[in-house]
Amino acid sequence: MIKDITIGQYFPGKSIIHRIDPRYKIIITMLFIVMLFSAKSFYSLPIGVLYITFAILISRIPIKIVLKGIKPIIPIIIFTAVLNLFFIGGEPLFKIWIIKITADGIKMSIFMIVRIIFLIMGTSLLTYTTSPVALTDALERLMSPLKKVKFPVHELAMMMTIALRFIPTLIEETDKIMSAQKARGADMETGGLISRAKALIPILIPLFVSAFKRAEELALAMECRCYHGGEGRTRMKQLHASLIDYIALSFTLVCTSLVFAINIIF
Amino acid sequence: MNGIISTRKINFAYTHIADEGTEREKIPVLTDVSLDVTKGEFVAVLGHNGSGKSTLAKHFNAILLPDGGKVYVDGIDTAIEDKLFDIRQRVGMVFQNPDNQLVATIVEEDVAFALENLGVPPAEIRQRVDESLKAVNMYEYREHAPHQLSGGQKQRIAVAGVIAMRPKCIVLDEPTAMLDPRGRQEVIDTVRELNEKFGITIVLITHYMDEAARADRVVVMDKGRIILDDIPKKVFSKVELLKSVGLDVPQVSELIFELSKEGIELPTDIITEQECVEALLELLQSNKK
Repeated sequence: MIKDITIGQYFPGKSIIHRIDPRYKIIITMLFIVMLFSAKSFYSLPIGVLYITFAILISRIPIKIVLKGIKPIIPIIIFTAVLNLFFIGGEPLFKIWIIKITADGIKMSIFMIVRIIFLIMGTSLLTYTTSPVALTDALERLMSPLKKVKFPVHELAMMMTIALRFIPTLIEETDKIMSAQKARGADMETGGLISRAKALIPILIPLFVSAFKRAEELALAMECRCYHGGEGRTRMKQLHASLIDYIALSFTLVCTSLVFAINIIF
Repeated sequence: MNGIISTRKINFAYTHIADEGTEREKIPVLTDVSLDVTKGEFVAVLGHNGSGKSTLAKHFNAILLPDGGKVYVDGIDTAIEDKLFDIRQRVGMVFQNPDNQLVATIVEEDVAFALENLGVPPAEIRQRVDESLKAVNMYEYREHAPHQLSGGQKQRIAVAGVIAMRPKCIVLDEPTAMLDPRGRQEVIDTVRELNEKFGITIVLITHYMDEAARADRVVVMDKGRIILDDIPKKVFSKVELLKSVGLDVPQVSELIFELSKEGIELPTDIITEQECVEALLELLQSNKK
């Protein structure tokens, strides 16, 4: 049961989207967000919508999974929509008591709904089509200019890698500890919220103790393999930008500039 | 000189700090340990818990430095800080828990870890990673995640990660203690193969007698001292001494020992089952006549 949790929600595949260099994918996703949020008219917004729909279709990620990702944020969408609907100033269309609805308000809330939904779709497409390892790797490389200002880029990437590596190990361990505590009569399924939270203590404490022990042993093993931080390190896997990456990036750039152009014209 | 590791009268003590740092107590772990490991040798180190065998192992690649005495790895004094990576490249180490020594989320990335740290060019890393994975027969699993593998397989990946550095010697600190019998067999077979095929010196720390019985040489430790250092046949013939320091002997040695106590004369240097069967057969046949 507990083993079903997937972190990062990566769906392996061989589509064009999967094959884009993760560094480019991150840049493209950022451009896409710019595209989505700078669209100010009913003519430019569909570009972003069509763009991501197209991307989802060629990624061959089942549309069901993409929609499932939106479900948990429905309350946030409703909240933002309502907020925009009521609190945008301008000429009121109609007025009920102190609530006035403006044309701008309606437009803004529609924009916000569309933007948030497609923002989630676009960013989850990134994690659906890129393995956590590739993502970490790409982030390290993209952020490497920050090393000049003493930002610990390599250390952060290493921490992420180790965290990803140990998630399955610790989940397995949690399962074992839970079984062990249940075997001694621990009750974790009944009672109110507080008593259930309290029941977690005998699980968390052994888990933490063991995690620290693991950390110590891992540090020793890393030292034995000559680890000494990011300085002078090489990587086995080199990322090479290919034709697909350039095409995808140019396509995104064209779409983004189109959005800007329409904004200026209308 | 042919020594890969030599320790010269090393001493080591842990400082035990009780009562918030007021009471300091030195607990000696190693006392005057001198040991020479020759290139290409397969040495097993035996000892019960707390005998200092793991602490000794940690001196072999400068994880610990002796309080007194010297440790030389391939002629380099381990106390020289500038040579640290040279030393660790020459003597690789594999630990007990396979889960706690794999760093990366993909098998081949983990094997590449040491080489990446050493700044080896990418093309060479690729080649050496493939070689190492083939040497431990795990090449097909190169793209798996560590948690998809069995304990024995994980331990072999840990070994591959070490041999990618092309070390002259591998120190294994109870590598099979957490494995099932099949995993144990896999790991020991791999280690033996590395020793025989590639001539890599092996120091195997273990408490399994049958693993030690197959080594070229057995070193027995007790209370921070080396009490026996000889070929397996000689070491296991000293059944009473081994038992007195809390160690078992291989079943065959035990049987011979018990039989000789009953006055049945058998050669005391038998350690394999085959030899034992032959000796017993001979004895029975000579009794018939």
